[in-house]
Amino acid sequence: MVIAYIRSFGRYCMFLAQVFRIPDRWKEFFKKLVFEISKLGVGSIPLVIIISLFIGAVICIQMTINIVSPLIPSYSTGLATREILLLEFSSTMMCLILAGKVGSNIASEIGTMRVTEQIDAIEIMGLNSANFIVLPKIIGFVLFVPILCVLSMFMGLLGGWFIAEFTTMITVENYVYGIQSFFNEWYVWYGIIKTLFFAFIITSVAAYYGYYVKGGALEVGQASTNSVVSSSILILLADVILTKLLLQ
Amino acid sequence: MIEARNVSKFFAGQQILFDINATFETGKTNLIIGQSGSGKTVLMKCLIGLFQPEEGDIFYDGRSFKNMNASQLRQLRSEIGMLFQGSALFDNETVLGNVMFPLKMLSKMSYHDQVERARFCINRVGLDNADNKYPSEISGGMQKRVAIARAIALNPKYLFCDEPNSGLDPKTSIRIDELLSDITHEYNMTTVINTHDMNSVLGIGENIVFINKGHCDWTGNDRTIFKSKSKSLYDFVFASKLFQEVKQFLEREYEAEEDK
Repeated sequence: MVIAYIRSFGRYCMFLAQVFRIPDRWKEFFKKLVFEISKLGVGSIPLVIIISLFIGAVICIQMTINIVSPLIPSYSTGLATREILLLEFSSTMMCLILAGKVGSNIASEIGTMRVTEQIDAIEIMGLNSANFIVLPKIIGFVLFVPILCVLSMFMGLLGGWFIAEFTTMITVENYVYGIQSFFNEWYVWYGIIKTLFFAFIITSVAAYYGYYVKGGALEVGQASTNSVVSSSILILLADVILTKLLLQ
Repeated sequence: MIEARNVSKFFAGQQILFDINATFETGKTNLIIGQSGSGKTVLMKCLIGLFQPEEGDIFYDGRSFKNMNASQLRQLRSEIGMLFQGSALFDNETVLGNVMFPLKMLSKMSYHDQVERARFCINRVGLDNADNKYPSEISGGMQKRVAIARAIALNPKYLFCDEPNSGLDPKTSIRIDELLSDITHEYNMTTVINTHDMNSVLGIGENIVFINKGHCDWTGNDRTIFKSKSKSLYDFVFASKLFQEVKQFLEREYEAEEDK
């Protein structure tokens, strides 16, 4: 099993070496890049908005309910909501969710191209199929994911504000004061840096699983599932390493 | 001309091709025939370089495939057109986009010239008013035509077709065969067709290589196939009653011709 993992990792590295080459035609690369940014990045905005808004609201409610002590200032609800969103939710949790949406999309798309011989057709023409298909996806999503991360932070905080505005659990003044208190700008950068790594993991792992599919529809579905599981585990592993490196 | 010399191929220790020697001639429709699982697709993939044979070599007009460097290989690839079994059209591209794809990626033509060339190829395969349709919006026969148009877009010297008639009705199959034959003669290409369709064998089999259990059992053409003494070929060709009757009829025709 260990040997199988090592072999798989070696093949993944060789796959990346094939992907990160100079594109055959820059014009076609940029066309595909814009298309992938639109499909993978812009297409994920509605999901990010909805999830962040609701999770931000839920975090705010949870903090209000659980932080009940005369020793803790009332603005700490806002502060805790902000820290959770900035440090973990908008980067790690959001990317875990995107691994499901974007990762399965990439794996199934490339897997279908493999089983319907579209990749062979590109290879026959003498083109680097991995570079042509995968590079725009990786670059496109890595470029766009910081926007999703910042959007998620903003929408999460907005979700908390809705709770303050439309319920009696916490006052708007306390919430706004809380999210402004002890603000550390580095936490935003920390979240953005993490998402860059996660976006690379999501796209490259999904592309790897899709690219090496053998068989038919069943195997494409299997590859899609495997890509989500593997990238989720790798994201969590990378989260531990990056947190240690960036916050200590 | 393409030559396979002493080609052997193994998968997981199991030998699939045994010392294949075959010649595929220029300006002719060359057929690789054989039962399912006989190794004809493996042979074709060895010919186009998707599989590397463990033994032997492939020669493209005297150029050894094995000894080619990256740029020579790239050059050779640009001389190859391929029609896949399932057409392998790009789902997110229109008919015009599919045919323009090799032109965009491999030629230095202006956009205007690319469109013109693509339209010419689409018309050549007999597809009109389909430029803006997506592969999912056209029939299987039309998809094959689009794939042929894409394969000939760059004026290839070598055209490979993997079971071009699979999934098509007999009438459409014959049309596709005729189209491939016409294109081969018109552009003087070396066309290699992988098939087990006997209509193709009789219709366009100018040079036939019969593969049986990984061995090259017989070579000939659509006329000599009826005179073959090979038991395995006989079993393959005349598996159906219809073809047994066709054989008897043709034998009588040949005898009458010889008597004259």
